[in-house]
Amino acid sequence: MTLKHTLLKTKPFVLSIKLIASVLLLMTACISNDKKEYENSADIPVNREMLAELTSPPNVPTPVGKRKAKKLIVKMEILEKEGEMTDGVKYIYWTFGGTVPGSFIRTRVGDEVEFHLQNHPNNKLPHNIDLHAVTGPGGGAESSFVAPGHEKVFSFKTLNPGLYVYHCATAPVGMHIANGMYGLILVEPEGGLPLVDKEYYIMQGDFYTKGANGERGLQPFDMQKAVDEKADYVVFNGKVGALTGDNAITAKVGETVRLFVGNGGPGLVSSFHVIGEIFDRVHVEGGDLINENVQTTLIPAGGTAMIEFKVDVPGTFILVDHSIFRAFNKGALGMLKVEGEKDKKIYSGEIRDDIYLPEGPGIQSMPTTGEIIASEIPAKSFEEQMEFGKQAYMQTCFACHQAEGQGVPNAFPPLAKSDYLNADVDRAIGVVLHGKTGEITVNGQKYNSVMTRQMLSSDEIANVLTYVYNSWGNSKKVVTKAMVEKVKNSK
Amino acid sequence: MIQPLLFAQSKGMVSIKGSRYIPLYGRDSTVVEVKNFEIDIYPVTNADFVSFVKKYPKWQKSKVIKLFADKSYLTNWKNDLQLKDSEKPDSPVTYISWFAAKDYCECQGKRLPTIDEWEYVAMADETTKDARVKASYNKQILAWYEAPRSNENKIGEHPKNVWGVHDLHGLVWEWTLDFNSVLITGESRKDGDKDSNLFCGSAAVNATDLMNYAAFMRYAIRGSLKAKYSMKNLGFRCVKDSDLK
Repeated sequence: MTLKHTLLKTKPFVLSIKLIASVLLLMTACISNDKKEYENSADIPVNREMLAELTSPPNVPTPVGKRKAKKLIVKMEILEKEGEMTDGVKYIYWTFGGTVPGSFIRTRVGDEVEFHLQNHPNNKLPHNIDLHAVTGPGGGAESSFVAPGHEKVFSFKTLNPGLYVYHCATAPVGMHIANGMYGLILVEPEGGLPLVDKEYYIMQGDFYTKGANGERGLQPFDMQKAVDEKADYVVFNGKVGALTGDNAITAKVGETVRLFVGNGGPGLVSSFHVIGEIFDRVHVEGGDLINENVQTTLIPAGGTAMIEFKVDVPGTFILVDHSIFRAFNKGALGMLKVEGEKDKKIYSGEIRDDIYLPEGPGIQSMPTTGEIIASEIPAKSFEEQMEFGKQAYMQTCFACHQAEGQGVPNAFPPLAKSDYLNADVDRAIGVVLHGKTGEITVNGQKYNSVMTRQMLSSDEIANVLTYVYNSWGNSKKVVTKAMVEKVKNSK
Repeated sequence: MIQPLLFAQSKGMVSIKGSRYIPLYGRDSTVVEVKNFEIDIYPVTNADFVSFVKKYPKWQKSKVIKLFADKSYLTNWKNDLQLKDSEKPDSPVTYISWFAAKDYCECQGKRLPTIDEWEYVAMADETTKDARVKASYNKQILAWYEAPRSNENKIGEHPKNVWGVHDLHGLVWEWTLDFNSVLITGESRKDGDKDSNLFCGSAAVNATDLMNYAAFMRYAIRGSLKAKYSMKNLGFRCVKDSDLK
């Protein structure tokens, strides 16, 4: 058994604690030492009152451990307030406890949770709470509908261990969730979860704004985008960068880490992954089923996962939704910074940087900067333009537009006999120069894809377009470097 | 500035020509008929309410019967007759219970508007009587929901709608006579259930326009209220039946 396993499979550890505890209990004779097993969680008696510790993400409250079931009082305040989605982009968040996700609630099986839902008087809207840990109508929503300036109280017994989502369920439900009204409630099993060194609270959510991703100013919620599930932002803990840089979560080499991960949605499921780390154990969907040695775990909207692993080497480990454009383009990216000694046996780091030339030095290299190196040998004739243009086409355009310019149906428009291409040469030059996003119609067919800006010199663009215009039944136009320069300088 | 206007405009009301229309939640989600009525051009202001409590001391904050107003009632007043220094006389009066609002209107020979009357006038924008299909209409209302402390603004600063009525959107929520007759219950996802036929309407399933989420929120706020509640963002205005038939 490796060290990693002894740390996570803590049975021996728990046993020793039990032993000490029972010895202590024997010494204090008047405390009942009956270790009674309850078949039904509903029968677990509660013992005294206790005010629940609530924490803001990414923090979690102290583990429940061996404490007995209690009447646990949770006081949660709803606040509608402005926050920053990303630099310069403001958003009015609706929150449980002032944060997105809302405050973390930690309970154990058999607790009787007395929930106080407080709607701040400055708020404009009524709200409620549906806790998936509740067995009862609406998960509590029915009893907690609360107007601004009021407090509703209801109580429930935690019957099932697990990690559960809570959220607002007031009409329009989707909008309340989309504005950040969700969080996690943990119900620990009898005796608590195995102890680990670090625990963190992470929750994914998708946001829909009137403006596109990155558009500055106060961005209102966009219902149509939400209905279409076209998120502008997909983020961990309510905003871009909530878990990066100085906000990164941390651990030391050799420590065990448990992530309580939730997905508030409202729309998207999460393919949660930590780049460079394998999850030793995952409580699938936050329940009892344990999966081991997992790379990516699926977290449904309105679902969770408890993820445990030991960190073996130092470095920055990137947390992502492996639906990967969300990570790198919409914000679903966090960091776990691990400090400590390197272990070359596990990971060497870079050892050498050698030159690799499979086909000799003649191979064209990709420009590494925005600077475009002008072709050193300009074409001297139409024939040369066609020859050089074909080369450029095969290197740059072929993959999408295909060998005969036929394109790919429903994805990439054809260049052969293309009315769009032939109608406007300056526009065609512009597309190659600047790229093109959005819907266009080519030969009566609609296309909506992205052509990135091409790293080609003016000469190369002239050549490749001349080649395209003089192939596959196109208009036989000749494009010169001067024409390209004109378009380039027109803006 | 406001006062002379009020006097000039026949006691501060305009006539609304009734019609049939389909509200977000209809009784049985069908057409509703609204009769002719008159409506206050502006919401009732703090100054209006100061005059009122001078005349009717039973609505002063120290004298009000607990059954008719909760602890927040006139919480932005310094004492029985004076606003706190931070409050403006020409801001809409808020922290008002339904009982107080209803009595205020009745003492003026008026009444509170029904939900249907209120929604009927409020579906207009500056140029159209039913602007609900316009993107700009919803956008303006939603912009208000995202503006903090709008109750502290003065009345009359938003353009009047096509009927000549100001501030239906943009300042405060407003009490209606039958605010709790269309119920969005605490559990708003179940409101399509026929179990709730105890009430005249229900939520999402019966709604006629699911994209009109600004209206959803109005119905939601009404559903969360009780008649003795007093809220920071909740004021009122009055209507009366029209002589015009």
